[in-house]
Amino acid sequence: MSTTTVETSAADTERRPAGAPRTVRRRGDRSRAASFVSHAVLIGASLIALFPIAWLLFLSLGPDKDDYLHPGRIWRKMTFDNYAFVLKDTGFFDWLTSTLVVVLGTTLIGVVVAASTGYAVSRMRFPGYRKLMWVLLVTQMFPIAVLIVPMYQILSDLQLIDSYLGLILVNCTTIVPYCAWLMKGYFDTIPFEIDEAGRVDGLTPFGTFARLILPLAKPGLAVAAFYSFLTAFGEVAFASTFMLSDDNYTFAVGLQTFVSEHDAQRNLMAATAVLIAIPAAIFFYLVQKNLVTGLTAGGTKG
Amino acid sequence: MTVVIDRATGKRRGEREPRPGPARRLKNGFHKHWYAYAMIAPVVIVLGVLVLYPLAYGLYLTLTDATSLNTARTIGVNEIDATYRFIGLDNYADILWGPTSYDRFWSHFLWTIFWTAACVALHYGIGLGLALLLNQKLRGRTLYRMILVLPWAVPTFVTVFGWRFMLADSGIINSGLDFLHLPTPLWLEDTFWQRFAAIMVNTWCGVPFMMVSLLGGLQSIDASLYEASEMDGANAWQRFRYVTLPGLRSVSTTVVLLGVIWTFNQFTIIFLLFGNTAPDAQILVTWAYQLGFGQQPRDYAQSAAYGILLLSLLIVFTSFYRRWLNRNEQQLAI
Repeated sequence: MSTTTVETSAADTERRPAGAPRTVRRRGDRSRAASFVSHAVLIGASLIALFPIAWLLFLSLGPDKDDYLHPGRIWRKMTFDNYAFVLKDTGFFDWLTSTLVVVLGTTLIGVVVAASTGYAVSRMRFPGYRKLMWVLLVTQMFPIAVLIVPMYQILSDLQLIDSYLGLILVNCTTIVPYCAWLMKGYFDTIPFEIDEAGRVDGLTPFGTFARLILPLAKPGLAVAAFYSFLTAFGEVAFASTFMLSDDNYTFAVGLQTFVSEHDAQRNLMAATAVLIAIPAAIFFYLVQKNLVTGLTAGGTKG
Repeated sequence: MTVVIDRATGKRRGEREPRPGPARRLKNGFHKHWYAYAMIAPVVIVLGVLVLYPLAYGLYLTLTDATSLNTARTIGVNEIDATYRFIGLDNYADILWGPTSYDRFWSHFLWTIFWTAACVALHYGIGLGLALLLNQKLRGRTLYRMILVLPWAVPTFVTVFGWRFMLADSGIINSGLDFLHLPTPLWLEDTFWQRFAAIMVNTWCGVPFMMVSLLGGLQSIDASLYEASEMDGANAWQRFRYVTLPGLRSVSTTVVLLGVIWTFNQFTIIFLLFGNTAPDAQILVTWAYQLGFGQQPRDYAQSAAYGILLLSLLIVFTSFYRRWLNRNEQQLAI
């Protein structure tokens, strides 16, 4: 069902440009047909975007683990039992704690390191500058497969497997370089005159950074923090590999434990998924405006 | 003077001066740049410890025959020392042209290329279409936009499970297809349909980012360009072709590159959608992960070698992309 609709909207994409003139509306209305088509396509796309999540929500209300096969029956026996069970009898709150520790730790380290780097590469040219930029760029595109094996070995040598610190450090490998680029872009938009004024007034270089530039860069720091937060929250590969005991699972790992080879408690999984998704989505919507401008600022600036 | 950027030319100052002796240069350099080095010290340490050292160690592992059976490990109270040997480039040779290398590497390689191309094309195409629609004055535009970003707002590891329920044998999708008397493929078992499902789910997850970025790009195009082109008699298609597309060029090059990198490295979707069940639908990243962690004994050396090969592919692609952009006199925004 949904596949066919996906294809329709793909086909529409090619047709769209001709039908969506941007300036026609200046000379009065678009034709009613064009407006109708726009709404139809957007409603179709919205349904596709909404459906899998709505479906998860719906299934979470069915009490039996095979209810996903007979969705019709759920209507008659809707209940919140799954939620009660997940909150009381699973490791949900352990997972919540580990997720928060890991995510906040990653965000803090990531933003602090990225801010100082971003400032240095934005304001100064020093020997090794280009090499550093190159390393930052290349590190961003590391596939997880590059580091996961050596990291596993190193962390086991250091006894950091299955510890929060280990996962935080590993998460930083992907987050720091990206945030450093982000922060460089932001610092570039702050006029150099402000630094110079600070220096003239007798601030040390570090004072300029800490007391003048950082306060001005708050929006940029916020974007870096949101980005780190969301990325660390959604990280699956490292968490699945490095976290071994049930208490230390983050949500991304904990959710997988509901489906093993022998048993699949899909009703509980759906309930947990909804419990994770709602705060995550609310957070995303609260910050998305900053996030989107921040992430694409580089691009639109040209 | 530590702020040594020359804004008039953007050149580094140190470059033009005659070069003094090395010791002197080092001292001068340190004197002039100590502050810069102090600022980047944290990142250099972090990257050195967390990226470069593991990378070097990983490179070394690819030259050995390390598996989970011969690396150092602790069983109970017994500590067993590593017994793996240095075997040179054998791992790479074995992956690239050893026996059954087609099944182990090249089939995954081709599928990864196809996967990346198809997904990025779909992301970009659908994203651009939706962005154009949302860029009109339309009733309920904000609401549409909010709903359409939903797949990005909810973490991927959550939504993939939603899709898994929908794609299951008698899940809602097959029930729906059955109801319409259409064939009901085995989405999660049959190789072709596994691949189809993977692309479908990834498209669903990836379109919002493209849509939002391109919408930002569209909104930054100067409206007077459209007026001027209309005055000159350009029709809707010509306005799209000669105003919209060039206006989007800089944001497009960036999001396409990001899209390629992210899709090529996409781990979550395939890993969570199929687990261990679909050897043929694994792209190179998830396949490398399977070799290293999804089987017994764990083949650390080969897995790391796949990782290095993947990274080289990406670096080659990115440098060609940048060169191509430079030839077209464009700069990459990232």
